[in-house]
Amino acid sequence: MLDRRDFVAALLVDRENLLVVCGLGSATYDVAAAGDHSLNFYLWGAMGGAAMIGLGLALARPDRRVAVITGDGDMLMGLGSLATIGVKQPNNLSIVVLNNAHYGETGMQPSHTLAGVDLAAVALACRFKHANVVSRLEEGAGVRALLHAGDGPLLFDARIKAEDIPRVLPLRDGHLIKQRFVAALNSI
Amino acid sequence: MANSATIETSWPDAIHAHFRRIGIRQVGHVPDAGHSRLIALCRDDPSIADVVLTTEEEGVGLVAGAALGGQRAALLMQSSGVGNCINMFSLLRNCGFPCVVLVTMRGEFEEFNPWQVPMGAITEDVLRLCGFLVHRVERADAVDEVVGGACNIAFERDVQVAVLLSQRLIGPKQWTR
Repeated sequence: MLDRRDFVAALLVDRENLLVVCGLGSATYDVAAAGDHSLNFYLWGAMGGAAMIGLGLALARPDRRVAVITGDGDMLMGLGSLATIGVKQPNNLSIVVLNNAHYGETGMQPSHTLAGVDLAAVALACRFKHANVVSRLEEGAGVRALLHAGDGPLLFDARIKAEDIPRVLPLRDGHLIKQRFVAALNSI
Repeated sequence: MANSATIETSWPDAIHAHFRRIGIRQVGHVPDAGHSRLIALCRDDPSIADVVLTTEEEGVGLVAGAALGGQRAALLMQSSGVGNCINMFSLLRNCGFPCVVLVTMRGEFEEFNPWQVPMGAITEDVLRLCGFLVHRVERADAVDEVVGGACNIAFERDVQVAVLLSQRLIGPKQWTR
């Protein structure tokens, strides 16, 4: 089982111009904990929407790499978006699911993945080019390399420990998060 | 200028022309009889990425992502799809993402299927409650002007705009065979 903060930090080390969409809740806190960045699009709501924001961004900017970092609850709520992404086949899009099999924001109730629902298998069934389970921190560097250069769409089902850790709260003003992101993207 | 008989069937071409004019680069939709001609025009347009969705709310995320990447996107849906989007629409308001939604109305003029009536009856109110500026079009010869204005205000002022294309405009005969 992975420590979520260590794993996300390993993915975002030397991130260059990686565009990151963060699913609401703990995924947003984990990405913020790895270091605030103008090319992070933090979500504080819109549950189920992270992957599709990633798709719109990936289609708009085929010259850039897009990583959606989200939780199992957000991914389950937007499960159909895996099929939509599978149809469009964006080769610059990756999804990292921080899967602790629980809903951290609402009191650690079990999610469907605790009962064995297999998100990597769903992604492969939806025509993702590659999907696999990640459970050791040593695999982080390899995942990071694929976020930057893998032939997408890719999904990584990262099995993280179910623990309640202190929150790291980034910007909440949606207009500011958007404008900062757009300005940074336009300047690279 | 097309004559009135042509306008009755060519209004989707007017919408597509506005998409080209304003620079729409992504269009999200689910299959829809009322939008079938517009969907085909977008699918065949190499400047537009046509994204078929499993549910309309996916399209809201698509619009936001496109805007983050500097592209303009539009959504096509039926009135029933508006109900599927309600919470996701908050993303557009919270961040000020421009959006044009073209809604083919069900559950009104000569609707065959009564199950469409409850959502069709509240579609306009729902959109307003979600913060949209709502335009309604009853006649084919008004589509060009209204959609043109909707595209302008959406993308030049970062507003969320919906255009309701009434069931009378689309024609009830398409719904039965």
